[in-house]
Amino acid sequence: MIRVEHIYWLIGAFLLVAAVMDLRVRRWSAAAFWAVLSLPFLFGDAILAAAHEGVRWPAQAMGIGLIALGVLAARGKLRASDDSAEASAERHAGAARLGNRLFVPALAIPIVTVALVLSAPHLGWRSMALFDPAQATLISLGAACFLALLLALRMTRASFAQGLGEGRRLLDALGWAALLPMVLATLGSVFASTGVGDAIAAIVGALIPADDRLACLLAFALGMVVFTVIMGNAFAAFPVMMAGVGLPLLVLRHHADPAVLGAIGMLTGYCGTLLTPMAANFNIVPAVLLELPDQYGVIRAQWPTALILLAVNVTLMWVLVFR
Amino acid sequence: MNAWPLLGVAVVVAGFALRFNPVLVVIVAGVVSGVASGMGIGDLLALLGTSFTSNRVLLLFTLTLPVIGLLERHGLRERARMWIAGFRKLSLTRLLVAYLALRQVLSMFGLIDIAGHAQTVRPLIAPMSESAAERNAVLDERARLRVRALAAATENVGRFFGEDVFLAFGAVLLIQRFFENEGIHLEPFAIALWALPTAIAAFVIQALLIVRFERSLRRSDATSVQDPLPSAAGDRERPPA
Repeated sequence: MIRVEHIYWLIGAFLLVAAVMDLRVRRWSAAAFWAVLSLPFLFGDAILAAAHEGVRWPAQAMGIGLIALGVLAARGKLRASDDSAEASAERHAGAARLGNRLFVPALAIPIVTVALVLSAPHLGWRSMALFDPAQATLISLGAACFLALLLALRMTRASFAQGLGEGRRLLDALGWAALLPMVLATLGSVFASTGVGDAIAAIVGALIPADDRLACLLAFALGMVVFTVIMGNAFAAFPVMMAGVGLPLLVLRHHADPAVLGAIGMLTGYCGTLLTPMAANFNIVPAVLLELPDQYGVIRAQWPTALILLAVNVTLMWVLVFR
Repeated sequence: MNAWPLLGVAVVVAGFALRFNPVLVVIVAGVVSGVASGMGIGDLLALLGTSFTSNRVLLLFTLTLPVIGLLERHGLRERARMWIAGFRKLSLTRLLVAYLALRQVLSMFGLIDIAGHAQTVRPLIAPMSESAAERNAVLDERARLRVRALAAATENVGRFFGEDVFLAFGAVLLIQRFFENEGIHLEPFAIALWALPTAIAAFVIQALLIVRFERSLRRSDATSVQDPLPSAAGDRERPPA
């Protein structure tokens, strides 16, 4: 049976290959970054199993590794090298030669994933399921990526090593940004264990009538927007607002549907992203790129959408989460 | 209640606002809130290590990188640009609404970075929007800048409200992990599905605002320009070839 750990090993192996490739071109901090990051994927099961048995040193070592990742990220030398004219000519030739077929492997990833998720309950041999039913979506996605890579390699006639090399190029271009969701989820767990969520819930509970579910919902939605505007990132607002208001007040107390609250709550944060200069990549950089004299020109063009959509999201949550 | 762990929230807010490296800010915030809650160093390191390890599913998207990297090497972005350039004959409303739809669908399929402000808006969508708007109205400098800003806004709306429908996208898995840590099991599939109503609403709202924008452009053109340039007027009255 394929379990999600097998997919993790695949990721760990890819990160390790990226580290070795960076080592060969003497990009030391990038190599160290990906090598440390491969550890939770290669040894994650062992770390969690040991912690479960009360053996804490592997988890503590991983904690030190995480702090090292933060320091390496802040050194910020993970940027990829610049584009060459030769590579550009090659890309244009490829675009002309392969045409719309180029989209096929990329679109195959989501399509094969959905097909595998839907057929997973029927795949298997005798009573043994092919995919671990508890994690079918994630395993399907991993398998779909692997199949799409084979398709892309066949189509472009590139070697497997070239495929990994291109993957490493993108990984280096992403750099620490690739790690941000994972460390934010970690922060969410830390906030929950250290009582941050309870403290925020107590404060919000003192400010608004916690028995009133509409008041709680409004506090959650506006909190997502305000925290996103301050931090420029809805991902960072999510663990704070969910641990403080969403989970204790809405899900546990008023029995809100967590899937709906999570999905639409995050998108409510995105309305804040449209409003804030802190999200510079999306709101300030394009104003510069488009030579607008007003650096808030893009925000001015999108605030009506953000506010109308915020009202729509609150209404959607009100109708859908308490069904 | 111990309020000291809230210092961790203050670290996140201040760190992001002061533009320190986000990854470092988040890790420092975790350490601060742990120390402030009175946790020992050994316990804190173990908590960081186990939480980090149990959230490793969030890097699942790295498995898409070799495929996307390989396709980009062979011209995926160039092909996408050629495709968008095919919209050249459309009116401003149709051009931007078509781009909005395309952008949302591409994001939903995980092709989030195939387009963007640098890749498609500056070289293609912004100049094409200007020339499309000029076909129906005479643009002054202010209107020209507003057309460009609207093109950038359309890119943002299309990107943001499509990507959450993609399973491997960080937001979906971040939500799933948050609840999993609290003992609530959700399928990523269900979360992505509930992002659809907002995605559709975002499309409708932005499309209507684009329609309204082009109307106001024509109206202000009709009132402010009494004597349009003969050539421009001639262009407008000429039947389409």
